[in-house]
Amino acid sequence: MDTHGRTLLAKIWDQHVIAHVSDDTDLLHVDRHLLHDLGGSRGLLDLKSRNIPVHNPELTFATPDHAISTAAGRAGTIKTGWELLAALRTETSASNIQLFDIDQPGQGIVHVIGPELGLSLPGCLIVCGDSHTCTHGGLGALAFGIGSSELAHVLATQTIIQRRPKTMRVTFDGKLPYGVTAKDLILALIGHVGAAGGTGYAVEYAGSAIRDMPIEGRLTICNLSVELGAKMGLIAPDETTFAYVRGRPYAPQGEMWDRAVAAWRTLRSDSDAVFDREVSIDVGSIIPQITWGTSPEHVLGVDGRVPDPADIADPARRGAIEIALDYMGLKPGAPIAGTPVDWVFIGSCTNSRLSDLRAAAEVARGRKVALGVRAWVVPGSETVKRDAVAEGLDRIFIEAGFEWREPGCSMCLAANGDTVPPGQRSVSTSNRNFIGRQGPRARTHLASPAMAVAAAVAGAIADVRTMER
Amino acid sequence: MTQAFTKLTATAAPIMRTNVDTDVIISINRMIGNSVRGHLGKWAFGSLRYLPDGSENPEFILNRDPYRGAQILVTGPNFGCGSSREAAVWALQEMGIRAIIGSGFGDIFFANCFQNGVLPVVLDKAVIDGLAAEIEASQGAGRLSVDLQEQTVTSPSGVRHVFDIDPRRRAGLLEGLDEISLTLRRDHEIRAFQASDRAARPWIHFAG
Repeated sequence: MDTHGRTLLAKIWDQHVIAHVSDDTDLLHVDRHLLHDLGGSRGLLDLKSRNIPVHNPELTFATPDHAISTAAGRAGTIKTGWELLAALRTETSASNIQLFDIDQPGQGIVHVIGPELGLSLPGCLIVCGDSHTCTHGGLGALAFGIGSSELAHVLATQTIIQRRPKTMRVTFDGKLPYGVTAKDLILALIGHVGAAGGTGYAVEYAGSAIRDMPIEGRLTICNLSVELGAKMGLIAPDETTFAYVRGRPYAPQGEMWDRAVAAWRTLRSDSDAVFDREVSIDVGSIIPQITWGTSPEHVLGVDGRVPDPADIADPARRGAIEIALDYMGLKPGAPIAGTPVDWVFIGSCTNSRLSDLRAAAEVARGRKVALGVRAWVVPGSETVKRDAVAEGLDRIFIEAGFEWREPGCSMCLAANGDTVPPGQRSVSTSNRNFIGRQGPRARTHLASPAMAVAAAVAGAIADVRTMER
Repeated sequence: MTQAFTKLTATAAPIMRTNVDTDVIISINRMIGNSVRGHLGKWAFGSLRYLPDGSENPEFILNRDPYRGAQILVTGPNFGCGSSREAAVWALQEMGIRAIIGSGFGDIFFANCFQNGVLPVVLDKAVIDGLAAEIEASQGAGRLSVDLQEQTVTSPSGVRHVFDIDPRRRAGLLEGLDEISLTLRRDHEIRAFQASDRAARPWIHFAG
């Protein structure tokens, strides 16, 4: 008999078990299924070809984000992007699934609109055919990415078969130093545990730095869970969460709201809950982070130096670093600051929310993008865009020389005509610096929105702490 | 219906880089669209396999004989990390890969393999390094055997390594089961859950 307390994961998980499939594998109810243009219509067409109806269209929501250009009028969208959008429209309409279409309120990056619309709720089980679905864990949801076959299974059954993951708790304690953001915290963690450090785990983020963090920062933290290998990342919902969710279009209201909040208050790990792994991070020791290589684990403080393979004894690690340095066009042992950049991309499901754009605008205000640098700001959703325009953030960016774009995934995955040209170097607020991720032979450095603006202004990787006001 | 997997003896290619992500396995611009399946094999590992001018990179292992015909990959840590794109598995499958043996895989990629009849096998890193060394020493001539029934990988020199696998996953692969049909047989349980959940968590369920 297990006498330990229960983890947040266990509490949410157990509420969704329809049946035990085997010892550690359950058939789980899916509360929200989010579809996007890259894989949504394929799943619906799969079902259609098998004559299987969508089990719960009212729990399924769709938006185009990946495959559409973020240029004005969506110009530059590749032919396949338009075809995928047309198919998403036809197939969601045929199955009575709500679509948040381009130029409509509600459209945006699927992991931005879920929380924003109140579709993503604490305690909710959310899946989407996208690995960054872990983002929604920032609200205390159990959210994870799935493949195309699983996606079709969810459409057909409103369930998913999952093996219960191991649990890891990451405790971020302390106050965020000047110039340090949620993005820096999670990048530092990935550097600490490695890109496979969370594989097989659901990660719960805790500690005073998380408790003090607004929801948008928590979404950024959970977003990068998959970059440390964890399919799921989550944060216990608290008063900050409830205040964020309250009044959103799809959030419960009135008496239903009170019932929901009462239930959500129980969603926290018990004080005697035991985790399979614990990691503690002293937030006070973190400085602004930037990646140097081709995995998010290739990260260092902005005052650091690129590794020198000659210093590394293990041949596999040395080889990996050599390959990464070669791809990135960096000199072993060189300081990362001062590396010239060609592009800056502010956007993606990691860092395209209003608070991200405010932080970026704060650095951009009254400054100019360096000659020879192209810099984009891509708001995460129609709502973010409208709110940012209402505050005049778009003017600040445009006056500084940034391009102000339409909402979408854009250059994060370059599936939409938005690409970094071959050989060019970008500082990006997105989540992946993989080989070819932002375009064939494009070189990506991941950083926070403020650090991205600092690079745009300096024309080189720069320490934002020397620029902030 | 997934393709069944029981037993395979074949050429194996070691791809021992750490963190081979799904973007490297299949680039987004090759997998976008609803009609790409069947055309992905050529583009698997595209950025490693081809030079910028489009010609084959002679240094990449899968461009060399006998590895060109490999049906098994022996992989470095964290193979298949990154995005959820199932096209990564489709691309490998379309180039003939039926089993991938490594010390660890990206969680979503790992699940996607089973959905397509590709067997991912996890063994200790030391075993993986030994297998890779043995294959390389034979210049690819030494074949690996993977037996799902027995849960073993046998090295070219005949050393057997037993691997663990989720029994449900194993049964699914051995029989090539269709998960959607199986789950729909339990639809009464799904509907019963939803009925009671509507009372317990009404805020989850919109009028449908």
